[in-house]
Amino acid sequence: MSESSVIQVSNLKRVYGKTVAVDNVSFEVKKGEIFGFLGPNGAGKTTTIRMLTGVILPDPDEGEVKILGIDIKEDPISVKKIMGVVPELCNVYVDLSSWDNMILTGKIYGVKRKEREEKAEELLKKFGLWERREEKTRKFSKGMKQRLILAMSLIHEPKILFLDEPTSGLDVQSARMIRKIIEELRLKGKTIFLTTHNIEEANLLCDRIAIINKGKIVAIDSPEKLKSTFKRMQSVEVAFDRMPEDIKWCRSIPYVNECKELGDKFRVYTKDPDSLIKKLVNFAEKNNLKFISLNTLGPSLEDVFVALTEKVEAKYHE
Amino acid sequence: MSKLYTKRTFLYTLKTSLVITEKNVRIYYLKAPIIIFGILFPVFFFLAFALGRKVIPFILTSGLIAMTLFFTSSSVGPLITPWERNAKTYERLLASPVSLSSILLGDMLAGAIFGVIISSIPLTIGILFFNAKFFHPLFLVGNIVLSSFCFSSLGVLLASLATEAPSQVMMLSSLVRFPLIFISGIFIPLDKFPFWGKVIAFMSPLTYTVDAMKYSLYDLKSYPVLINLWALLFFSFVFFSIALKMHRKNLIKVL
Repeated sequence: MSESSVIQVSNLKRVYGKTVAVDNVSFEVKKGEIFGFLGPNGAGKTTTIRMLTGVILPDPDEGEVKILGIDIKEDPISVKKIMGVVPELCNVYVDLSSWDNMILTGKIYGVKRKEREEKAEELLKKFGLWERREEKTRKFSKGMKQRLILAMSLIHEPKILFLDEPTSGLDVQSARMIRKIIEELRLKGKTIFLTTHNIEEANLLCDRIAIINKGKIVAIDSPEKLKSTFKRMQSVEVAFDRMPEDIKWCRSIPYVNECKELGDKFRVYTKDPDSLIKKLVNFAEKNNLKFISLNTLGPSLEDVFVALTEKVEAKYHE
Repeated sequence: MSKLYTKRTFLYTLKTSLVITEKNVRIYYLKAPIIIFGILFPVFFFLAFALGRKVIPFILTSGLIAMTLFFTSSSVGPLITPWERNAKTYERLLASPVSLSSILLGDMLAGAIFGVIISSIPLTIGILFFNAKFFHPLFLVGNIVLSSFCFSSLGVLLASLATEAPSQVMMLSSLVRFPLIFISGIFIPLDKFPFWGKVIAFMSPLTYTVDAMKYSLYDLKSYPVLINLWALLFFSFVFFSIALKMHRKNLIKVL
């Protein structure tokens, strides 16, 4: 285990009845890193996060979680004090105002009175909730509640932040604000463990990504390296001035792995974009077609995610 | 070192449970199920029992105070956990640096405080209108405090049901609480019970509250006085220990 690792997970396992929710998961998260944790629904993300945050404490035979070198089983309270958590399905106390929610959280985390009042004011201002601090949060929109939950998770200045789907179901402004704040937190040296279904969000924010499926980690790397390992998923997007007469025109062209019709254009997947483009030019000349657009595209993180999770899915059903 | 650590852990548990209590007091005391099951029910029960009948004052007063204490203290606990699960605030609480025992202790304290506050009303009525006197004031305080802890622990235990629907827990709690009213010497003195009735009454914590109340306010008793307090302490401990175990067991089922 490296010294700069703030989260160390070894052989984590959790079984519910006959279902293996988390299957021998091991990884490390380094200090100051935004670590994305992706997976389809039911892949084991939430169970893993619950085990990392001490909501479920792993049994001795269920592996080991160390946060800043402290074993979560040995001293869960000390570990919880150094982390801020935004669970996937969570809410504020709707019978309390946003100010009271902040103060209550500060008290729970043992933040001293003066400090918690100053911090509550600073965070409510930062998250655009200061003007409505005395209103009961029952009247707040989902975006406002989510901003408040994130603000509450920061009141004790945590070193590590666990965010489970922080922007899920939010309006564009609130989602952008939360992403901006995550970036600011990274600049402050905080370590962030981020779960999201928004692949583009993970692509833009994360230094490294782990993909989990059927309880197992199927890949861990930086977004760009993950993409580069999927060269066969490079593609060329092409639009002609009219549709080719033969709807199966792609099949006649060498270097094509797969072809998809996307509205008025085609996305052609290949391992060798250069050779494919040359063949496409020949094809266009031969069929008297004019190019409207021609773009080369690398594999998106979404392509990688789908490829990895489908591969495991196929293996699982064999 | 280990003693120091244990002491520190104990103080931390106590400190965080007080924060949880404060939260519970602010959020749950005025919730409709608590008002209905905790305050209105004992009032209606009492009226149905006392109106138009000649009831001996000591039975009336001690029964009313004990019943109020029982209903109010045990009405808060069953609501909090399912309400928090339903409102999706429970997991955030579990992820915070608060142990499950602190959370449950906080829930128990909230119920106990509620019981003590509300039962002061029938106590005042008893003293003003029904000849109740402070024969044993310290014993009265001990009885009220221990009974409120005991019944609020029962409430916390009932809340361990693996559900996020408060109505289901309230239903279960009514099912458990109502029979106890009739077997604990509230409406009929214990010495008029048949033998099997006395055996059943012996197993109800409410019996000891009623008996201790009669002793405190009218200098009457059925059991040796200290037995009442020890029994209440024993039931509190048992209820809370089982509650802790059950909440831990059912934790993951309802997240």
